[in-house]
Amino acid sequence: MASAHDDAPMHLRPMHTGQVTDHIARPIMRVENVDVYYGDFRAVTEVNLAFGLNEITALIGPSGCGKSTLLRSLNRMNDLIDGARVDGEILFHGENIYGKGVDPIEVRRRIGMVFQKPNPFPKSIYDNIAYGPRVTGMKVDSMDDLVEESLTRAALWDEVKDKLKQSAIGLSGGQQQRLCIARAISVRPDVILMDEPCASLDPIATMRIEDLMQELRKQYTIVIVTHNMQQAARVADRTAFFTAQVSEGTGARTGVLVEYGTTTQIFEDPKDQRTEDYISGRFG
Amino acid sequence: MRSLKDSVATAPTLPLSTGERPRERRLGPMMFLIVLWLSLLVAVVFLLTLIVNIVLEGGSRFGLQLFTEYPASSPDRAGARPAILGSIWVIGVTAVLTIPIGVAAAVHLEEFADKKHWFNRVIELNVQNLAAVPSIVYGLLALAFLTLIGVRDKNIVIGGALALSLLILPVIIIATREAIRAVPSEIRDGSLALGATKWQTTWRQVLPASVPGIATGSILALSRALGEAAPLLLLGALVFVSFDPNGLLSGFTTLPIQIFNWTGRPQEGFHELAAAASILLLGLLLLMNGLAIFIRNRYQKRW
Repeated sequence: MASAHDDAPMHLRPMHTGQVTDHIARPIMRVENVDVYYGDFRAVTEVNLAFGLNEITALIGPSGCGKSTLLRSLNRMNDLIDGARVDGEILFHGENIYGKGVDPIEVRRRIGMVFQKPNPFPKSIYDNIAYGPRVTGMKVDSMDDLVEESLTRAALWDEVKDKLKQSAIGLSGGQQQRLCIARAISVRPDVILMDEPCASLDPIATMRIEDLMQELRKQYTIVIVTHNMQQAARVADRTAFFTAQVSEGTGARTGVLVEYGTTTQIFEDPKDQRTEDYISGRFG
Repeated sequence: MRSLKDSVATAPTLPLSTGERPRERRLGPMMFLIVLWLSLLVAVVFLLTLIVNIVLEGGSRFGLQLFTEYPASSPDRAGARPAILGSIWVIGVTAVLTIPIGVAAAVHLEEFADKKHWFNRVIELNVQNLAAVPSIVYGLLALAFLTLIGVRDKNIVIGGALALSLLILPVIIIATREAIRAVPSEIRDGSLALGATKWQTTWRQVLPASVPGIATGSILALSRALGEAAPLLLLGALVFVSFDPNGLLSGFTTLPIQIFNWTGRPQEGFHELAAAASILLLGLLLLMNGLAIFIRNRYQKRW
């Protein structure tokens, strides 16, 4: 794997691992030369990224720049869309998740996902959490303990411990989203992907989720797509800026990774003019 | 930016009290409303006339005798017991035959089949068309099928249920597909993202969430089958049945056929009996439709 090159002098390292990604001490996932297609349409091209263990990485950029598409490729949720295809390699603990013999079901269990709109199942709070362990056949000593642990980690236990049997639909939007986070961690993933998790929440609920993310990063690696630059600046260790490149011939929009670095560097000292324009609010 | 106060202060002052509206703006809507009311009135009056007429004619015969007695040559001794039991048998068997097959077909078409494949598109088109085929055609189909497999006496419970199943299968498939489609894709995504398989997601999330819709559609379809006479007539169900149906191969008659039979008799008493049986049939249909509406309203999911 790429680790074999880590000691090589910079100029001898393979180009495709990119410069910044090699600075990450313990990458848990690597995205190498990834193009994502929907049929003939290329939605994202030439992405090289790495996600550090127990770090929060934010993917930012204007609408249509392919950041959500890339995110959904990271746990093979894109497989569910007709005609979606990934070129290149996405390595998880060094293993290509699109490799031969890899079961997408197992990929999705190890790499969890939280969606833009809170999507609790129309079941009780308890069953929402117990669902994942049950369907994946996880060996659990005590489901009650697992439910409590998951809800506690998602900072929701105190609010719901007396109404575990009630429907999750009755919770507020922010509570529902924390329930979805608890649900995601119930199957013990390594990585949690978050697709604009606060887009439908009010500022107070958003703040709680952001606080929660800081807690979660101690145990999990988080990749978050966000439209909100302040959010990226507040929560993320590293930030990747994407933009849409319009093809001159066809007018097709393809997402490209413009710049990737520590959040401080991206926001205070962007190397690319497009990044600077975007974060200073000149476009997007 | 101007404040709201400024914009109000500087807006041109047109009076809101403009007096009477012009004629065509007053009469047009009024006329339209009257036409709508009249249409509604026609529909309701016809229904009411029908119900009142039946109740007046059959009310005196609507009693215990209708439920307990067998058909007889004299209206004073005749009842619809075998027809009631026959209807229950046939509808019950129809439900058992149709609902699992219909739901399974709908689940396949909605969740698993490649919707772009020509084969599935043909099936889809056919299901839509089959729902519009006249019921007597299904009777013919069942008749042909029973003849083919060598059944001599075709007026049997399973034969009638077969014809009615064919009739309502497309209806149940369409209703189930609607119910499945109403389950938001976020629920499927949420389940799959946890590492559930497609099958688990369908079985544990999509189907339970669509049960109210499936139940409503199935009950409405069965109530249609309950009132159906034509396909059963083709199978020869118009016989004088003076015993209780007791199995899949038992001979039978049903309420609509009994009504049809009694209406054709010369004696006035039988006409009254037919009206009494109609009250029962109408009541049953109303009950089933009411149940369907209740289920729909009670369990309707708010996502």
